[in-house]
Amino acid sequence: MQYILSVTEVNRYIKEVIAGDMILSNIWIKGEISNYKNHYSGHMYFTLKDEKSLIKCVMFKGQTYGLKFNPDNGMKVIARGYISVFERDGQYQLYVEEMQPDGIGNLYLAFEQLKKKLEFEGLFDNRFKKELPYLPQSIGVVTSSTGSVIKDIINVASRRFPNVNIKLYPVAVQGIQAASAISRAIRRLNELNCVDVIIVARGGGSLEEIWPFNEEIVARSIFNSRIPVVSAVGHETDFTISDFVSDLRAPTPSAAAEIIVPEKRLLKQKIADLRMRMQNALLKNINFNKVHLLRITGSMVFKQPYNRLNQEKIRLDNLERKLVSTVLNQKDKSKMRMLFLIDKLNSLSPLNVLARGYSMVKIKNNNVLLKSVKDVDSGDRLEISVSDGRVEAIVDNISRGDNKGGNNERRE
Amino acid sequence: MKEENKTKEENKTFEESMNELEEIVQKLEKGELPLDDSIEYFQKGIELSRYCSKKLDEIEKRITILIDNENGDVREENFNIDGGVQLSKDPEDADVF
Repeated sequence: MQYILSVTEVNRYIKEVIAGDMILSNIWIKGEISNYKNHYSGHMYFTLKDEKSLIKCVMFKGQTYGLKFNPDNGMKVIARGYISVFERDGQYQLYVEEMQPDGIGNLYLAFEQLKKKLEFEGLFDNRFKKELPYLPQSIGVVTSSTGSVIKDIINVASRRFPNVNIKLYPVAVQGIQAASAISRAIRRLNELNCVDVIIVARGGGSLEEIWPFNEEIVARSIFNSRIPVVSAVGHETDFTISDFVSDLRAPTPSAAAEIIVPEKRLLKQKIADLRMRMQNALLKNINFNKVHLLRITGSMVFKQPYNRLNQEKIRLDNLERKLVSTVLNQKDKSKMRMLFLIDKLNSLSPLNVLARGYSMVKIKNNNVLLKSVKDVDSGDRLEISVSDGRVEAIVDNISRGDNKGGNNERRE
Repeated sequence: MKEENKTKEENKTFEESMNELEEIVQKLEKGELPLDDSIEYFQKGIELSRYCSKKLDEIEKRITILIDNENGDVREENFNIDGGVQLSKDPEDADVF
């Protein structure tokens, strides 16, 4: 049984079928513009027609920015885009992504095709881009020997670097032979190996005029160049295959000179600055060391190296003196004390007492000092010492309690 | 500097020498080097700066046009931007290949 589809479903299905088609998803169409409407939204609506047929087209605002001309009715163009279905109206149309006036259309197509091909081969890859010399010793310029381009390059380069070295390899930059001449020039400069950077340059012109720089033969010699190549073709808005394959694209020939040639004055200044910085840094270091040295030599130890020693000597002397005096003092004190003691001893000596008129009595038989009446009996022999000798006597009479308290006790 | 080092210097590119000089300046500016080393670096730096300056001056001021004949002979002639090509031969040849 057959399905019955809604209108929307049919349109959606058709849209899907078209979207899956390889050819319709990226297509170049040439025709004449009619029914051109520049909508207030910024989108462009028009039809492309030829003698027998027409196709509706839309170009969205975002894509229209890339246009290098203003489309209008009756204009012959080639447009690239994809075919899709506007579901609401059941209309298929071309959604335009780029558009060029026809006439140069073939060149434009050729440009796109070569660009795709070389890009696919990797000729534009960044990894192949060579670094430009920091200070080119000699600059090769591949351009016409007449016209403003070489003048501009020489003027700009000489202004930036007065003793610049430029070797012009003159070529025709337009016409049938131009591409092979440019290609040969690049190859020859590599063979001669007399420059360390190459500028491939041309002034602005129409697409046909700058065409040699879109030729494969030029692209390949640029890619094969061992010497870095700067491409400077036309105006800032012109892009060529040479630009893509070269190591650097300069917007204009003058800009190429500016990019390649350093300003000598600035380099000299830079060197001078570095020298100055180096000098300052060294002076700072020396100064730092000087201050450090001064601080060290400024300390007492270095100013008067014997000072400390002398001080110690004095201290030693003092200590010695102190020691001696202490010892002596000690000795004096001892002596004084001895004298004092001797004196004291003297005063206590019984001999001294005797000298003052006292006498000392001992009991003869037991040699004991007579201190009490109880110690003796009548008839005992006594020995009496006086200051100048001894007297012997015999106890005759004993009487108690005469002189002292001791005697009172005895009285009972 | 020893003679051996000097010849080494001659082979250095301007860029390498400038980079080296900058490194030396940065080292010195850090101020962490002993004085002896500082002085040695300073001397090296002065030589590098002289070398760089010399490199800038020694480029030969010359603007020429290469006359490359089909047979492989190349002549180099002075090129004057105001007067165009100064050739002993017919100036028209220069633009045709």
